[in-house]
Amino acid sequence: MKRRSPAVFMALAFGYAFLYTPIVLLVIYSFNSSRLVTVWAGFSPRWYGELMHNTQILDAAWLSVRIAAATATLATILGTLAALALARSTRFPGRATLVALLAAPLVMPEVILGLALLLLFVALETTLGWPSRGAGTIVIAHVTFSIAFVAVVVRAKLADMDRSLEEAAADLGATPMTVFWRITAPLIAPALAAGWLLSFTLSLDDLVIASFVSGPGASTLPMVVYSSVRLGVSPQINALATLMVVAVACTVGGAGWLLGRRGRNAAR
Amino acid sequence: MTDMRSDAVDAILRIDGVTKKFRDTLAVDDVSLVIPRGAFYSLLGASGSGKTTLLRMLAGFETPDVGRVLIDGKDVTQVPPHQRPVNMMFQSYALFPHMTVADNVAFGLRQDGMAKPERDARVAEMLALVRLQSHAKRKPHQLSGGERQRVALARALAREPKLLLLDEPLAALDRKLREETQLELAALQRRLGITFIMVTHDQDEAMTMSDYLAVMDHGRVLQIGTPGEVYESPRTRHVAEFVGAANVFEGRVLRHREGHTEVRCEGVEVALMLPLLPQFSEGAAIAFAVRPEKMCVDTAPREGENAIAGELDDVAYKGDVSIIHVRLGDGRRLRVQETNVRRDAAAAQRGRRVWLRWRPEDSAVLLP
Amino acid sequence: MMGRTRAALAVAALPLLWLIVFFAIPFAVVLKISFAEAIVGQPPYTPLVQIAADGWHWLASLANYLLLTDDPLYISAYLNSLLVAGISTVICLLIGYPMAYAIARAPEAWRNPLLMLVILPFWTSFLIRVYAWIGILSTNGLLNHALLALGVIDEPLALMNTNFAIYLGIVYSYLPFMVLPLYATLSRMDLTLLEAAADLGCTPWAAFWRVTVPLSWPGIAAGSLLVFIPATGEFVIPDLLGGPDALMIGKVLWTEFFSNRDWPTASALATVLLVLLVGPMVILQALERRGGKA
Repeated sequence: MKRRSPAVFMALAFGYAFLYTPIVLLVIYSFNSSRLVTVWAGFSPRWYGELMHNTQILDAAWLSVRIAAATATLATILGTLAALALARSTRFPGRATLVALLAAPLVMPEVILGLALLLLFVALETTLGWPSRGAGTIVIAHVTFSIAFVAVVVRAKLADMDRSLEEAAADLGATPMTVFWRITAPLIAPALAAGWLLSFTLSLDDLVIASFVSGPGASTLPMVVYSSVRLGVSPQINALATLMVVAVACTVGGAGWLLGRRGRNAAR
Repeated sequence: MTDMRSDAVDAILRIDGVTKKFRDTLAVDDVSLVIPRGAFYSLLGASGSGKTTLLRMLAGFETPDVGRVLIDGKDVTQVPPHQRPVNMMFQSYALFPHMTVADNVAFGLRQDGMAKPERDARVAEMLALVRLQSHAKRKPHQLSGGERQRVALARALAREPKLLLLDEPLAALDRKLREETQLELAALQRRLGITFIMVTHDQDEAMTMSDYLAVMDHGRVLQIGTPGEVYESPRTRHVAEFVGAANVFEGRVLRHREGHTEVRCEGVEVALMLPLLPQFSEGAAIAFAVRPEKMCVDTAPREGENAIAGELDDVAYKGDVSIIHVRLGDGRRLRVQETNVRRDAAAAQRGRRVWLRWRPEDSAVLLP
Repeated sequence: MMGRTRAALAVAALPLLWLIVFFAIPFAVVLKISFAEAIVGQPPYTPLVQIAADGWHWLASLANYLLLTDDPLYISAYLNSLLVAGISTVICLLIGYPMAYAIARAPEAWRNPLLMLVILPFWTSFLIRVYAWIGILSTNGLLNHALLALGVIDEPLALMNTNFAIYLGIVYSYLPFMVLPLYATLSRMDLTLLEAAADLGCTPWAAFWRVTVPLSWPGIAAGSLLVFIPATGEFVIPDLLGGPDALMIGKVLWTEFFSNRDWPTASALATVLLVLLVGPMVILQALERRGGKA
């Protein structure tokens, strides 16, 4: 009995329109030769040119990407370890603590987390002389909240996975290490990839926490964009936004196409 | 009764006083079993009877709270699964979805460190055994249920384990395939000589395939024996009613006559005859079961056989057999099974007065 | 298996340690500093105990906490944040529920792509998407432009720097967090329950309210929490869209920290906020778990 009411579909269409209209407008106006948002003065790619020469933004972008990659890798490793321990064992000392520490970052307001981490770094610096704030502390901070997200994603996949596969492997003589590397890991790989991407995005996008824990000379892309937009609309930011949208669309499209091909290959 | 005493049997597996508790439930309750080498042994029971938990303890996925498991005399109770000379065929088959059929079968051999040429040869041998040679390069999701089952079997047998454990191997197959596979598995076991231990809730399966079976209920073993022994000589009422159907009579011994013992049963006016049982004194309580197929419905009693008068209540026509329910004077219904040997048999009439008869030696005396 | 417990601990050790050092301990530090006093210097707060020539001096005080209760700014900012977050959560639910429902009822092959389309905006910069609304909502922005051109209004609406803009920003940014848990619950619903309801005489609309909605309650709760709690402490959206008068606790904390350089007060504020926000949630979760065990 699948009656699909048009009202529900209209709600969906409205939702998508709501989500995508601002993005579409950003893209359109990145090509506006006039500075003003309201006046369309003709098609012009000049903002892209200016963007390419804006060393401040370019340096910040490069820094953000490096920080995000480091964060994602570290967070995926730690998050996966946590997820494995939780999914495969119902009790061990510290389990309740781990569960709590993995749940809290998911809902915590960023200002509180940023403040807390900064205070920790300052306290450490005063007593130990380390760390000095910069890209390193940003990575530490980002990893800290990303672990929770990775753990959620990986745990869901582990829960879905048929446990008898691991038992069968053990039954056939595989040591626990072998079971993990040859059975579990390949089967949860999609979740690991998703977790990596999620951490990467969260890190790349973070403004508040980076502002708290950063140091001189370490300006991330969001920090630069933020100081820019506080002054008003800037078409270079539109150009930047469009480039990001294109990059994301290509990545997702490419991944989707790759997965589709693998699926078709397997079915043959 | 098969002599299953420890010293008399060449046992490959000994389960010694094993108990396992999950939270508040006693899954396995002080079970001791001796599994003869080369046998096809079944653990038969309903869900929750503890049979699967017991099997998993043999494989090493659960550890007993009390008791020991010994394989070939060696205590393996605490040994992890990957170090036991035991392999298991899982109910869900548990084929590795990201590997081909050949890689699945080769998996255990790789863990043993077997060199590639020997591995390939053995994989080919195993696939030939289960008739799946042409499927070597396929992935599990491209196989049918029956084919997946055979891959699981080949994979479990590849390492030539001392014991093969089968967890409800035929549960996922449809009826026709199940019957074929029952015979195939039994034949395979005889050929290879490997000891098989199978867990099932399907008594037909257990009886068809096994050399011995153990009936389990609520974590305990109720009876052990060959299928014939368990079926024709059930020890308790529960076993009699779980394995097959039974008409159970309860009563008291009247007296011992020449060659047989007379018994007065509840709800039956005439005294019934059992084979001579001197161990029961006069007046002692006694119970026995008679299988429906041992009885027959007739128009008159016969000399030398038990006969009870009753009324034909209902007939369930199953094609090859008919289940006939006969109502006795006190309202109790007895169940008779007759094979429809004639194509042109007349239809039974409800309410017709009939006689139920059976031979005294076809009664199975139940222990108190 | 005994080994399993030890193995699990070994595996969990690294992430557990990391989280304790970089997540749990920082909050202890926040607590400690909330009892200190702001000074000019590095670090800009006093230690709790000062050891001088004449012995111990206890410098810790509850002054910051008292300030929070004295100055009405903090309480009204907090209450306003709750209000704004609450309204935004409700709007998010009203928009997100039909979307999740539609995707859950869509043909099997369409569901993942449709979900992807909801999540996709999330992959592009949050900051930039909020910025996009500035261009749309400002007095000489696109929305006013369009409305004026269509003749719907005579004068541009002041949409920027209003609570309305904040609602819009929050709903826009947090919509995926509402849709995903809702979808997860709705897609797992047993549709035969609706068939049973219809069979028993229920109209589709009534069946929706009496069967679907109650069953999707876990999704509603999860989505609402994932939106409400972070939204309460939001900084970027009130700052960019709400203007200087926007009174939200996230902004107040930021200002206290960066503009006033008053770390101790900010710490006290953060502690109180944490207790007020996370405390009830923890209690709720504990109750839920106990209820589930029964």
